[in-house]
Amino acid sequence: MSATMSAPSSTSSTSPAASSAPALFDLDWRRIGKWGGLCAFAIALISLIGMPVGLDRRTIIEGRLSLGYLALIWLPLLFGYVVSKRVVLEGVDTPDPGARDVLAGLCTGLLAGLGPLLLILGIDNFNLRKPLVNWSPQLLELLTFGRDIGYGIGAWLAICAVLGMLGSTMHVLPKDVRRVVSIVTFGLLFISVLEAAIDDLSEGFGLEGLTDAMYAKRGGLTVKYSIILVVVLGVLAVVTKGRVKGATNHYRGLKGAERKRASVLLFAGVAVLCIVLPMFLGKIMNELLANVGLFLLLALGLNIVVGLAGILDLGYVAFFAVGGYTTAVLTSAESPFFAPELHFGFALIVVVLIAGLTGLVIGAPVIRMRGDYLAIVTLGFGEIIRLLFMSDWLKPYFGGAQGITNVPHVDLGFAVVKGTDPRSVFYMILVFCVLAIYVSWRLQGSRLGRAWMAIREDEQVAEAMGINTVNTKLMAFVVGAMMAALSGAILAAKVGSVFPNSFMILVSIIILVVVIVGGMGNILGVMVGSFVLIGVLGGPRQPGLLQEFQSYKLLIYGALLVFMMLQRPEGLVPSARRSQELHQEEFLQDVWLKGEDHEEEEAAEEAAAEEEAEATAEGTGDPA
Amino acid sequence: MTATINRRSARRVSKVDRFLTLIRVFLVGLIVVGILAFLAQQFAPNNPFTRWRNPDAMGLSADQFKGLLMSGLSQGAMYGLIALGYSMVYGVLGFINFAHGEVFMAGAMTGFIASEKFNASGLWESNFLLCLVLIVLMAIGISTLMAVLMERVAYRPLRNSPRLIPLITSIGVSFFIQNAVMGLFGPATKSYPQLPEWLAKQRSILTFEIAGTKILVLVVAAVSMAGLWFLVERTKTGKAMRAVAEDKEIASLMGINVNRIIVTTFAVGGAMAGVAGILWGLLFRSVTHMTGFLPGIKAFTAAVVGGIGNLGGAMAGGIALGSAESIAPLVILEPLGVPGVSQLKDAVAFTVLVLVLLFKPTGLFGERLSSEDRA
Amino acid sequence: MTHLLEIRDLKVTFGGLDALSGLNFHIDEGEIVSVIGPNGAGKTTFFNTISGLVEATEGDILFEDESILGLEPHQVTDLGIARTFQNVRLFPNMTILENVMVSQHCRTHQQIFGTLFQTKAFKKEEREIRERSEAVLGFFGSRLVGYRMEQPAFVLSYANRRRLEIARAMATQPRLLLLDEPVAGMNPMETAELTGLIGRLRSEWGFTIVMIEHDMRVVRDVSDRVVVLDHGVPIAQGSYDEVSTNPDVIEAYLGRPVESKA
Repeated sequence: MSATMSAPSSTSSTSPAASSAPALFDLDWRRIGKWGGLCAFAIALISLIGMPVGLDRRTIIEGRLSLGYLALIWLPLLFGYVVSKRVVLEGVDTPDPGARDVLAGLCTGLLAGLGPLLLILGIDNFNLRKPLVNWSPQLLELLTFGRDIGYGIGAWLAICAVLGMLGSTMHVLPKDVRRVVSIVTFGLLFISVLEAAIDDLSEGFGLEGLTDAMYAKRGGLTVKYSIILVVVLGVLAVVTKGRVKGATNHYRGLKGAERKRASVLLFAGVAVLCIVLPMFLGKIMNELLANVGLFLLLALGLNIVVGLAGILDLGYVAFFAVGGYTTAVLTSAESPFFAPELHFGFALIVVVLIAGLTGLVIGAPVIRMRGDYLAIVTLGFGEIIRLLFMSDWLKPYFGGAQGITNVPHVDLGFAVVKGTDPRSVFYMILVFCVLAIYVSWRLQGSRLGRAWMAIREDEQVAEAMGINTVNTKLMAFVVGAMMAALSGAILAAKVGSVFPNSFMILVSIIILVVVIVGGMGNILGVMVGSFVLIGVLGGPRQPGLLQEFQSYKLLIYGALLVFMMLQRPEGLVPSARRSQELHQEEFLQDVWLKGEDHEEEEAAEEAAAEEEAEATAEGTGDPA
Repeated sequence: MTATINRRSARRVSKVDRFLTLIRVFLVGLIVVGILAFLAQQFAPNNPFTRWRNPDAMGLSADQFKGLLMSGLSQGAMYGLIALGYSMVYGVLGFINFAHGEVFMAGAMTGFIASEKFNASGLWESNFLLCLVLIVLMAIGISTLMAVLMERVAYRPLRNSPRLIPLITSIGVSFFIQNAVMGLFGPATKSYPQLPEWLAKQRSILTFEIAGTKILVLVVAAVSMAGLWFLVERTKTGKAMRAVAEDKEIASLMGINVNRIIVTTFAVGGAMAGVAGILWGLLFRSVTHMTGFLPGIKAFTAAVVGGIGNLGGAMAGGIALGSAESIAPLVILEPLGVPGVSQLKDAVAFTVLVLVLLFKPTGLFGERLSSEDRA
Repeated sequence: MTHLLEIRDLKVTFGGLDALSGLNFHIDEGEIVSVIGPNGAGKTTFFNTISGLVEATEGDILFEDESILGLEPHQVTDLGIARTFQNVRLFPNMTILENVMVSQHCRTHQQIFGTLFQTKAFKKEEREIRERSEAVLGFFGSRLVGYRMEQPAFVLSYANRRRLEIARAMATQPRLLLLDEPVAGMNPMETAELTGLIGRLRSEWGFTIVMIEHDMRVVRDVSDRVVVLDHGVPIAQGSYDEVSTNPDVIEAYLGRPVESKA
């Protein structure tokens, strides 16, 4: 977190107006070396992990760009951006971004190009296939663009240098241009990547003609349409400048009845979208959405436990398992020991009760431990429960490693929810999600929610303020457990069976990533996180929209978690509160600046108060 | 005035306390009954516990028992070596480095790659000892490097964050490394080459039949512990490490470069884990990218059992855990009629974890933490 | 009821060191008693023992004639004893209003049911909580009300944090208020104002107050009685004048003059 400035040259004066800009080549070579080297290493690492070759199948722009290459070229772009990033400190003379930064980016890129260079030379001359499985001719082929070594080396040096330069240039561009560039780039990327979803939607709306033209036969956008989209997005970006922010601020500024009306409208709009959209989507998309919803339910529960109450429960998957198995035992005809074959509805009631009980049983002993121990203990519990469900010992009850199959469809009378009809599953999940969102939202703004937040802030003081911390934390645990168990019940009905391997610790961790990436304690953030992560990358075992990432998604989850913790712990969609919490200094500065408006009022108040105090002091009297 | 206030449990017995006592009684009872059943089944064929006896159960001969004990000891020694890293990092920085298990796995992986190369070139068979020394050095190098990198990239920026944030970050690091290794080297199980006969053969020491490899494990673990003890107790660096573990701020006021000591701590812990990795590879001869996960958690358990921050305790805890893991399924659970006890081996370790954290979180030998971390 | 709070032969030992010993103390309703003494005398330990954060080794603490020894801190607060902390411990990321609202936790009842179904009772209680909070915050003038209420607590200046700390304690609706160095770090103006406020806490709000303080002017201006602790032992009790001229007290603070060599 050092103040990042290019090394000031000895000739620059400190007067801002007439500062002679430092010489063009007077760059911070150490910085360039560091970031360039890191980029080179990253390119090599990602290549050897197999991402470029593995993702090459997916085309972004027909004939020009594949996901495999994209996986590599974003790196010099990013590092070029980082190299020239500077922290503008108040009162410190920082030269404006300019040619020097662009040059720095260029050099960084050039240095980064050494990565592919060394790799190409290496694969060509040595055979390290034995340990490194991806040290292969395919990788070489990809890196050299199908041509010879020299071409490959030159191409990469050039590409990295240019991209590095572009990354740095982002700093030089005025804010508006930057915004337009970002929107166009990301927009194009999204439209290309979401091909399956858009295709599906257009089929539903009868717009196949458009999508057939947009997308090439083998996938990816056609070049023609890429250009069209660039223009369209560019125009859109320019036209919507400031509108989004304006709208959000306007919404935040509304009060009372107006606010209520706006909220209701917003909510109704989203609800209509959620109900109507699945009708236009095909099976696969609905399956995906159902999956997203399922994990959203889990994430909302964990959000209460981790985000509100601050309890890191790594064994959260245990409740998921309990819900699933309870449902299976109660509803399936093949449940080994006890097969009452109840209707799903009745089973749900039992599930909630048992979940609450399990939450109490697991929670009561652990709730007093310090945070990190609690995390590991719950991890232990999670594993124990899974091992028990999988054991031969309990096979007569839970079916051992084979699990319990033949969980029946949910017969609601007016409709049947079965796993083979993803749309029905989605609607059922939607209902539960809405419930969960409602419960989370209400709890947040209530006495209990405040107590949870107080405990998260300072447990000892919360106790001193009259909050029974043990019971309150237990409450959070139990509510979270119930939501997870409901999720498990739905899973059992959806898939039609439960297996112990669906409930590994992996699930807990992925939900944790979703909650953190989305924003801890923030319902909207969790929703966004769910959509983006589970929807695009995929769940623990289910593929997402981008099936190519199956082998790499766990890697990305891990990297994402580390990145978020280091850079943006408040999540992608921070609640205003959380953002303040984690960037206190900046917020304080803002408040101080804003407070200048109130300063005059306050000064008058203080003066009046002081006079009063003086009078009191004299009044209460000095006996002496 | 310290911001932390010492709080003992309330006098009034709450429902939770009653529940905990119930669990305690139940567990002690379970263990006692299990052991009684075991003894009875061994020595008195017609005994009241026969009705529980699982017809498939093998029972335990003296030799088998000794064999189990030896396995448990050697496995426990490895847990102990890994536990040292957890203990040291917790003692100094106050958080659990979830990714330490991956450091261990990296050592094992390095050993595999190196030994494969040596085997291919014939050096493995001709000069095994040289290879052994080389792979140990390489594993130590890689593990240490990984641990130090981890600290520098992921943990140092979070030095002043609330405690849970580094823990969550370490989970992310662990995940990342596991999957990066899988990506780089493939998901297939990797096997170490055959060990020379003179090492692997069974030997007889004091009526105990023990494989040579296990002896190697125990010897290497002992030597490493001795080296560590020497480092921590007798060298200046060790003294600095102890000072930093006690109170970072004061240590820096005394002129100790706290950052450098923290790096050293990670490095030493990483080195120990690297050695453990090689030993694991030699003993079990197979390694995958997930090899670090379970032993990592078990090693952390061992560290807590011995008392976190307490290095001797970590090793003792490791050995205790390894032995318990080996013996308990067959000695306690099986006599009670539980079938398929070998599956529950891991459950035993987790149960020990849960029990220790519930009932004696300060561990058997007491924790050594700074007051700020103790809160 | 004899005394509101009575402490008999209290002894608190930390690993061999007697933080408090032989402490006898009582306070009646409506009194303001100050506890003074040099640093390390055990004053904060005294408060911590009363509020249940520290376990007493021997002796008894009676509140409204019932022993409160061994109770959990939240139970102590529930009975009617509130305290502030010497090193102001607010909930920094909750708003000022929320800080005060959450302090009323033990005086309110609504559970999940009311929250989820937004019952009349729930809404009424929320309203009451809010009104009470505003009343308590309003006690400190206009500093903590208005637009300020929705700001997170960490933006407050030091003096305002101390005030919020007291407001929080007030919001728990206690009978006995333990103030740990309420004016520490305040400038003379703020100190004078707060001294007046402490008096009003008793006269307008009816609290009985025990106060740890170092600033003797405040002690003099506000206390009915003063208790002096040194090394965990009470060495004097009485009115300010009696205590301030007591030679033992002076010695505790200033030490004994060096014997002149013969």
